[in-house]
Amino acid sequence: MAEEKEGLFSKKNRTLLIDPLDDNNPITVQVLGICSALAITVQLKPAIVMALAVLFVLVFSNVIVSLLRNLIPNRIRIIVQLLIVASLVIIVDQVLKAYAYDVSKELSVFVGLIITNCIIMGRLEAFALANGPWKAFLDGVGNSAGYGFILIVVAFFRELLGSGKLMGYEILGHKAKTVAESTGLYHFGYENNGFMLLSPMALITVGIIIWIQRSKNRKLIEN
Amino acid sequence: MDRNSNIYTFTFAIIMIIIVASGLAFTATTLKPLQAENVRKEKMQNILSTIGVDVSRDDASAKFDEFIKQQLALNPDGTVNDKVDAFKLDLSKEVKKDHDNQNYPVYQAEKDGKTYYVIPLYGAGLWDALWGYIALDSDKNTIVGASFDHKSETPGLGAEINQSWFEDQYIGKKIFDKNNEFVSVKAVKGGANADDIHGVDAISGGTITSDGVSMMVEERLKNYIPYLKNN
Repeated sequence: MAEEKEGLFSKKNRTLLIDPLDDNNPITVQVLGICSALAITVQLKPAIVMALAVLFVLVFSNVIVSLLRNLIPNRIRIIVQLLIVASLVIIVDQVLKAYAYDVSKELSVFVGLIITNCIIMGRLEAFALANGPWKAFLDGVGNSAGYGFILIVVAFFRELLGSGKLMGYEILGHKAKTVAESTGLYHFGYENNGFMLLSPMALITVGIIIWIQRSKNRKLIEN
Repeated sequence: MDRNSNIYTFTFAIIMIIIVASGLAFTATTLKPLQAENVRKEKMQNILSTIGVDVSRDDASAKFDEFIKQQLALNPDGTVNDKVDAFKLDLSKEVKKDHDNQNYPVYQAEKDGKTYYVIPLYGAGLWDALWGYIALDSDKNTIVGASFDHKSETPGLGAEINQSWFEDQYIGKKIFDKNNEFVSVKAVKGGANADDIHGVDAISGGTITSDGVSMMVEERLKNYIPYLKNN
């Protein structure tokens, strides 16, 4: 295949990296990967590890599928993609269990759920099958960053408002059994919003982010 | 070669599967010892934490040998079964057997000259398995420490059972009442009375998990009554 010579970070390539952060964000614009955005945004730490795990899986599967794109038989391409994604996920899971046991316990089933993350299959189908490995790499980094960014923002608000903590640290003060014994905001009668811990609030938080983004970004305004 | 022919498709699939399968098999086998070691040390950490010994994962093995004097596998009638290695007993498999065919592991620990009895637990929560350890004082009645964990309870709700605020509530509770009858310790929805020596606060929004913990504690400890009363 004769491809035009173009710089590693040409304007087109930079768009691949930056577009998914805002104009073409997988969660807020394409509304993909919502399932995991609801499930693991109760606390900030698992959300960050999840974002990193998705980054690894998406980048590698994108590059592998892109390298194989001229070899994969069209009729079984979905199952081949699934095979690649699933094996990468298993590798991540096994490596975490061996070298970062505590993190792997924290993420428990969610690592396995990366397989079903629609963003990954979506990028493989829409992008990696039709583009070279370098472009696929950039697309993978961009999309997982866009995904991770939203995940972290949602987790930030849910952990802060739902349990008054960030990364497990009590930043709004300590809540003791009585108001008098509590410190920080809790001393003044502040209560955590337990509703933030439940999935519906994740959906509403994502909704609010979409709303803010659409009102700011002209390109996304539909007639 | 025709990429749409059946032969090509089959060949591709077979080659792909062989590569992936051998890659995964290789990863799994190479990492297996490291993973097993992590699990073993975590178990030691959990057992030690119930008697108030907090150790890092690296020290777990040495400290375990230092504090745990005896590891016993009990028959249902409370006598010791010498043929079984208590540490290797897999509770998830044991609980599926009949009461009479199970072996009940118990760890005798010694700290500051006092003897403690650590009993492993295994049960079910809302989504999946729960497990943990309860340590009893020398009187074989007062709880001196508890440690719980879970496979996939809801984060922020049921998953809180492995947090110290929940576990520490068990300290000082008693499993036998004044008349030496077994009553266990229950997680009470809406909060236990402050003077209730058989109850702790359940988790709001985690009722089924809390009930699972209560069930697990009661079901497992019940099996040790002969041992606890006779020795």
